[in-house]
Amino acid sequence: MSSATIDAAFGPRQFLRAQNRWRWTEIAFWLATLLPFVLTPDYLVLASQIAITGLFALSLDLILGFSGIISLGHAAYFGMGAYTAGLLSVWGWGEPLTGLLAAGVTAGLFGYLTSFIIARFRHLALIMITLGIGLLLQEAANSASFITGGFDGLQGIHTWPILNRFDFDLYGRTAYSYALVVLFLTFLVARRIIHSPFGLSLRGIRENGQRMPAIGAATRAHIRTIYTIAAVMAGIAGALLAQTTETVSLETLGFQRSADVLVMLILGGTGRLYGGPIGAIVYMVARDQFSGLNPQYWYFWIGLLLIAVVMFMPDGILGGLALALRRLTPRRAKD
Amino acid sequence: MSESALSARGINKSFGSLIVASDIEIDLPAGVRYALIGPNGAGKTTLINLMTGMLRPDAGRIVLGGDDITALPPDERVRRGLVRTFQINSLFPHLTALESVTLAVCERRRVASTWWRPLTAYGEEVDEAHAILSRLALAAVCHRRTRELAYGQQRLLEIALALAAKPKVLLLDEPAAGVPREESQDLFAAIAGLSRDITVLFIEHDMDLVFRFASRVIVMVGGRVLLEGTPAEIAADSRVRAVYLGKAHRGTAP
Repeated sequence: MSSATIDAAFGPRQFLRAQNRWRWTEIAFWLATLLPFVLTPDYLVLASQIAITGLFALSLDLILGFSGIISLGHAAYFGMGAYTAGLLSVWGWGEPLTGLLAAGVTAGLFGYLTSFIIARFRHLALIMITLGIGLLLQEAANSASFITGGFDGLQGIHTWPILNRFDFDLYGRTAYSYALVVLFLTFLVARRIIHSPFGLSLRGIRENGQRMPAIGAATRAHIRTIYTIAAVMAGIAGALLAQTTETVSLETLGFQRSADVLVMLILGGTGRLYGGPIGAIVYMVARDQFSGLNPQYWYFWIGLLLIAVVMFMPDGILGGLALALRRLTPRRAKD
Repeated sequence: MSESALSARGINKSFGSLIVASDIEIDLPAGVRYALIGPNGAGKTTLINLMTGMLRPDAGRIVLGGDDITALPPDERVRRGLVRTFQINSLFPHLTALESVTLAVCERRRVASTWWRPLTAYGEEVDEAHAILSRLALAAVCHRRTRELAYGQQRLLEIALALAAKPKVLLLDEPAAGVPREESQDLFAAIAGLSRDITVLFIEHDMDLVFRFASRVIVMVGGRVLLEGTPAEIAADSRVRAVYLGKAHRGTAP
């Protein structure tokens, strides 16, 4: 009986496969990430930091955009990864890939532990709890200055060449290549998660978390899983920053970083996978340009940009673009 | 001969001084179609909340297929086959109908924790979801987002989500609430067509529907079970007329 319906032009299986397919805009986006090598070779250091922040924002998107978990302390896991990779190097192991791995494991472990608290709460309570976790960790790092260097930051990091071949250069060529490759690979993992049965459950939690137990879903277990995965990714992003800048400061754990990444994600658009990277590009390029124009008041322009984007594109830049595209091609969208 | 699929034993619940359930004893034999009726505020929805674990009873036990499930959380009860729907639609607005039901099927089949394989590898689950939607006449709109569905279709989707959990006992909280009369007939026909392995209890205010589709009726008033019997017995009972039917009639009389 069901075979007849599957053979229909747009059966249930085809529908799902279509959702999974790579769109031309996605391919264009990833090709465009190669442009800085050609167009703005002087800005590769900035580009590498954008890629790192984009990865960090992507990890936040997994919990905020896809599961509805608000966090104002996501930098805790970023900083944890940064300090892990930084400390490994200070202690004499500057190999970058194993450093990334160690950072992911440490941040993931901390993410897993804290996820038991996170999974019990929602909405406003979560803002407070995540904020608290971030502050706790930052103060802990500050008081453990004999390890972390405290307020002065972690000194003496030296990152070895990647795969023993690619040395980090002053212009950021290696740094950007490295950050971009890690971002892309992590992105593939995130994309896979979103299109998995687990990803569907996450969307269920975001859409109606109250309903999930009534269909037999172990909601808290799901939240613990995605929170841990997001912590691993944030840790990897933090490690990238430590390795490419060869310094780690308390700021990597701080509230400002948590707030910035949240702003970037909302700017780009939540729940779309590309919102984090795009938000990071727009925000950080704007910050770079504004601070060049006016070193004192650049936050004024950032504020203006935020208000303008949210007023005219409530779903972020990607949400606005999607809407505009739908309006431009009303016929084709319906086909 | 058949042991009861679901029983409530001495259930008590109060919010402060308000008693919402008082010494409730219910036995639902397997495969029976039960209607739960009573005036507003009688505690019908509260009883469903108590049985499905959304509320904790102050005293008493809930027994599902011989197992005491009083201490289990709601999701575990669903996995054991005690499933409910909601009086007010509680759906996933931005998911399509097919996605919603696939989600429920994946949860039941314990594959919903799999994050390293794409959903496209789970064709069987998708087909099962599609079959459930077909049975409820939703196949034609299965690619539409839930919030774009007509209200009556959303009511059916509520039931589809419940069916995806393969219930042994299905508790339907006013399945036809807000649905026009002619459509509610269809909706109840779909419920009547469910497998006889499923024990069904539904809350309903329309007495015509109750008498047509229920094999037995439970009457609740003020947090108590007033009476239980066949539709004919209920219709003939003077106390039921007084507290329930009579009131309704008085309400519509000039």
